[in-house]
Amino acid sequence: MLRLPTFTYHRPKTAAEAVRLASEHGKEAMYVAGGTDLYPNMKRRHQVPTQVISLQDVPGLHDVEVHGSGGVRIGAMVRLTKLEHHAHLKQHYPGFAHAVREISTPLLRNMGPIGGNLLLDTRCTYYDQSHEWRESIDFCMKKDGAICWVAPGSPRCWAVQSSDTVPVLCAMEAEVELVGADGTRRIKCDELYRDDGIVYLTKRPEELLTKVFLPPPGAWKASYLKLRRRDTYDFPILGVGACLWLDGDGVVTKANVRLGGAGSYAIPATETEKLLVGNQLTDERIAAAGSAAMKPARTMDNTDLDVYWRRKVAPVYVARALAACR
Amino acid sequence: MPAVAGPAAQPHSRPFIRPGAPAIVLAPMTEPGKVLATFHVNGEPHEVAFPPHKTLLEVLREELNLTGTKHGCELGECGTCTVQVDGVPILSCLMLAVDAVGRPVQTVEGLADGPQLTELQHALADLGAAQCGYCTPGILMTAEALLRDNDRPTREQIRQCLAGNLCRCTGYLKIFEAVELAAARCRGEQAEPSKESIHGS
Ligand SMILES: Cc1cc2nc3c(=O)[nH]c(=O)nc-3n(C[C@H](O)[C@H](O)[C@H](O)COP(=O)(O)OP(=O)(O)OC[C@H]3O[C@@H](n4cnc5c(N)ncnc54)[C@H](O)[C@@H]3O)c2cc1C
Ligand code: SF4
Ligand code: FES
Ligand code: FES
Repeated sequence: MLRLPTFTYHRPKTAAEAVRLASEHGKEAMYVAGGTDLYPNMKRRHQVPTQVISLQDVPGLHDVEVHGSGGVRIGAMVRLTKLEHHAHLKQHYPGFAHAVREISTPLLRNMGPIGGNLLLDTRCTYYDQSHEWRESIDFCMKKDGAICWVAPGSPRCWAVQSSDTVPVLCAMEAEVELVGADGTRRIKCDELYRDDGIVYLTKRPEELLTKVFLPPPGAWKASYLKLRRRDTYDFPILGVGACLWLDGDGVVTKANVRLGGAGSYAIPATETEKLLVGNQLTDERIAAAGSAAMKPARTMDNTDLDVYWRRKVAPVYVARALAACR
Repeated sequence: MPAVAGPAAQPHSRPFIRPGAPAIVLAPMTEPGKVLATFHVNGEPHEVAFPPHKTLLEVLREELNLTGTKHGCELGECGTCTVQVDGVPILSCLMLAVDAVGRPVQTVEGLADGPQLTELQHALADLGAAQCGYCTPGILMTAEALLRDNDRPTREQIRQCLAGNLCRCTGYLKIFEAVELAAARCRGEQAEPSKESIHGS
């Protein structure tokens, strides 16, 4: 049996108490929401908090609220299954609802909430292995070791952003609320992430993610397209989140395209975005915009499937995601 | 629930364990590092003393001797450990046992009523939809929840529903057919497996 290491388990009753516990225990502490990321990592000894702080009893995090504008506020502890079946989300946020359905398996979606999905650990072939396996290669920089096996000369870790909702939420300009020891702040989803496989979040460890805000429906359309080996279970090895704002003539006025599963954060496909703005979504324009995504999809050889093939299909996937926004 | 501390550090192979002085305890401690709690499994109360870092899977199998729930990957990747908590199928390898305290837990042992199998169990047997049988408890707990909510699931809905339960033997076809057969029988139809399903075409 793969067993969890021992730890002290807390179930605080308020957000303030959770933050206090996390501040007090510093590096020793980690929050747990559904545990579908943390517990496998603890079993493989990637993450070894001695203080585990569960958020399940914290009030105010378990609801989906639809505002008058049609915008939505989602509590960090709302399970993915609930989001996937939510009528308003399915109707007005089909791109996001689709991304949620693409996550892992129905059983895991019954357990994992959205907050945990946004904050998922980055992944890598040399990291997501048992302790014994990692020990046999003398570990790597992300945990217990000194070098990076993917890029041995590299001073940094290239572990991969692997949440399915992050690319589309960033593209949609969704926002998140963070509660820390000295107050509450609200930031754009994009600003939550850093281009580093180890310190992949800008949020301080004790900051609690409490809410996700979806912008009101309007003259924009978002889509998500995922590449993986199997149609279930597998993490994205490319996840294209696209959001396009269109005027009455079908001309793109603004474009956000993010590539998940390709680097340590959801990478903006800047050239692709530039090629779209000011133009209609013709097949030719979409193909050209897709091709421009080859460069930012600078995948490394640390996820499933052949790295060169993955780079080659990136333009195809980006083009399909854009076409879905028509 | 107040904080509960784990048992003292174990030797070398687990270098990450902190010998936690018990913070606050869940219930009177029977032994150091353990908590005492009552689980409601298949409608019966079970009082168990267990360390708080144990998963529901570990407590079911190792403390309650309910070994019908299988352990496979223990990482969320196979589904054989599926049980229902509050009627929802979840992976018992990734849920802490303490989090299941006070909530109804349903395992494969609780499906049959004495010798009386459920329609789904019958259908799996009729069709030979279990070969080695290792995935079967998980398949049952997942698909029973589907049938409870939907007595006419489409093949696509069945496939989606079972997308988190790996089976290495059957190729899934007979499992899907068994869910359809059980659904038909639950609707009161006199359904029998087709000849092709049993003998091949
Ligand atoms: C086999 C398998 C396949 C999977 N496939 C996919 C996949 O295809 N796509 C995908 O996106 N995910 C996948 N996952 C990951 C996972 O199931 C989901 O992403 C899930 O939503 C994670 O949420 P959680 O609450 O269960 O995570 P947890 O483990 O509870 O939390 C994840 C991280 O976030 C932190 N955290 C959680 N909530 C908060 C909060 N509110 N504030 C501050 N910190 C917080 C935790 O400390 C932890 O570091 C898979 C997991 C498994 C085991
Ligand atoms: S990218 Fe390099 S340092 Fe990061 S997890 Fe993979 S092997 Fe380790
Ligand atoms: S043992 Fe729980 S999913 Fe494999
Ligand atoms: S019958 Fe053997 S794994 Fe399913």
